[in-house]
Amino acid sequence: MASDASLLNKTDEKESGLKKAKLPFHFYTRLHLTVLTGLKAANLTELLEHLKEVPGSSIYHHTHRFLQQHQYLNPEPPNDFAYWTTEVLGEKKLGEGISSIDVVQFSTIRDLRNRLIEVISNYVQQNPLSQKKFVNDGEEFYFMKSLSFILPTHDFATDLAEFIEILKKITVDSIYFHVFEARLRLEKKTNDFSAWIEQEFGETDLARKLSNLDPYTHTLEDLRRIIISIVEKRLRRK
Amino acid sequence: MNATAKLDEYIPVVGQAIIDDLKLLAERLAQKHVLHVNSTAVGGGVAEILSRMVPLLGEMGINTKWEVIKGGDQFYQVTKKFHNVLHGRPDEVTPADFEIFMETSRKNIAEMNTDYDIVFIHDPQPIALIQKKGQNKWIWRCHIDVSKPHPIVWAFLKEFIVRYDASVFSAPSFSQQLPIRQALISPSIDPLSEKNRELSPEDVDRVLAKYQISRDKPIITQISRFDRLKDPVGVIEAFLMVRKYIDCQLILAGGTATDDPEGLQVLAEVKEKAADNPDIHILLLPQNDFEVNALQRGSDVIMQKSLKEGFGLTVSEALWKVKPVVAGNVGGIPLQIKHKYSGMLCNSVEGAAFALKQILNSPAFAKRLGENGREHIRNNFLLTRHLRDYMLLFLSLDYAEDLVYL
Repeated sequence: MASDASLLNKTDEKESGLKKAKLPFHFYTRLHLTVLTGLKAANLTELLEHLKEVPGSSIYHHTHRFLQQHQYLNPEPPNDFAYWTTEVLGEKKLGEGISSIDVVQFSTIRDLRNRLIEVISNYVQQNPLSQKKFVNDGEEFYFMKSLSFILPTHDFATDLAEFIEILKKITVDSIYFHVFEARLRLEKKTNDFSAWIEQEFGETDLARKLSNLDPYTHTLEDLRRIIISIVEKRLRRK
Repeated sequence: MNATAKLDEYIPVVGQAIIDDLKLLAERLAQKHVLHVNSTAVGGGVAEILSRMVPLLGEMGINTKWEVIKGGDQFYQVTKKFHNVLHGRPDEVTPADFEIFMETSRKNIAEMNTDYDIVFIHDPQPIALIQKKGQNKWIWRCHIDVSKPHPIVWAFLKEFIVRYDASVFSAPSFSQQLPIRQALISPSIDPLSEKNRELSPEDVDRVLAKYQISRDKPIITQISRFDRLKDPVGVIEAFLMVRKYIDCQLILAGGTATDDPEGLQVLAEVKEKAADNPDIHILLLPQNDFEVNALQRGSDVIMQKSLKEGFGLTVSEALWKVKPVVAGNVGGIPLQIKHKYSGMLCNSVEGAAFALKQILNSPAFAKRLGENGREHIRNNFLLTRHLRDYMLLFLSLDYAEDLVYL
């Protein structure tokens, strides 16, 4: 059986009662090439040192790319730094501290970097012996960065039904771009989907629901399902 | 190998959207002419990957050609020596070796047409072709473990590497301090190949029956050459530790060339260690992708207890088949396995035995490792991801910044 959305999609605005956007939503995607920096850390002192000097695209890579590469994981380790300090260095308490950094509240990479440095520095100060712990050869933390390409897809949505249909088929990279990266790109606490829905349809409540999602605690496929479900629920109320 | 698979045949495996993204990228490269150069047309992982990639890039409209350098026995003896010492094996490299290398290189430089937009050189053998570089872009792709390279050979190669526009390594631990961009691009498996395609339960049963292996107890399998760096003796030691507590069996399957004295010696050591234990099956397999596929699928746990590894694609092959894997924490293996999430990493025989026991005693945990592993491979180590990375790499040659709006 076709979903509510796909049935609606086959009708025109008048019949469906769906408002058409003046400015269609153009789906973009962001694809990454991982670049090695040649920098590595074998203990917390070296990790801190490099954290201060690596480019923002490296902080981005280790806090954001991890989710994309391991988005199926359950339970889900939140980022490379947390994974390494917990599983490789064996500093579980620090790993927990890094895991619990609320990435969603940071709208700039600069702030996120500062917070990471603060959490690790505090831990090292309180646990000076932790600096003496080195990992084995080959288990160092290797700093990488993302070289990112943002490119438009061929998909446009002019109403919420089309929006859902496209959302069902686009890559998680595209969802990631519009949900996670919007915060960093726009430097405000919203995402592209919410911004469009608010601007084009004046659907403040729906926009807020999407904007309030904490994307960092869902896998990307879950996030796709949740967004679709929220918008479908709204359409059924029409 | 299914040499005729078209791009759209990958849609059922990775989804339409991934293929659409590849086509989007290819549109941006439609006018480019790309040349790949390596040292062999058949045999070895590089040739295997190129034989799949070149037609697929062509299908997407990127003009792609693949050339092979010419060299005699002496040249290949020298490059084999380079390969070994770069991997850390002791050997003497003499000035005459470098001269032999350069002599063959000069002939190839004279003969090969490198008049392409992008020239993609694979491994050290053709590296000196960079001397032909003009205004076009050149990439050097290192497929081997150079985490602790022989200093003299590395210094010799580095003279060439720094003249390239970009380099590519397979694992973070292989990267070096270089003045050029270093991309991390892992190799990949082809889900439609004979080694990885879906098999029927009957196919699997038939192969197990051929080797007289019953499925009445759990099967632990390592499929690798009989090579010390793959630690087959360590695998048996770990198995014997587990076998004290759990009724299970071990398959050690692999080939060894008759002209490889060391391989035969390792095989003899393995047989001695196995000591006619009826639960240890040592199989000398000729190159047979179908049987490897069936043995992997018929197993309950796959091991790859390597002590040194270039990348270790057997791990990807096993994870793709939803198998829990116990593998050495070396080379590219940690990229494929996040410990306790998508497999188990080990650093010792005891660690391997412990991981095996955990897996065999906890079917739910084993299942989750396999399922996580399969999705990790789907996202990161299939041929389609490899194609995407190569196209991104080609595009990156025109940009110095980290964020590019196309």
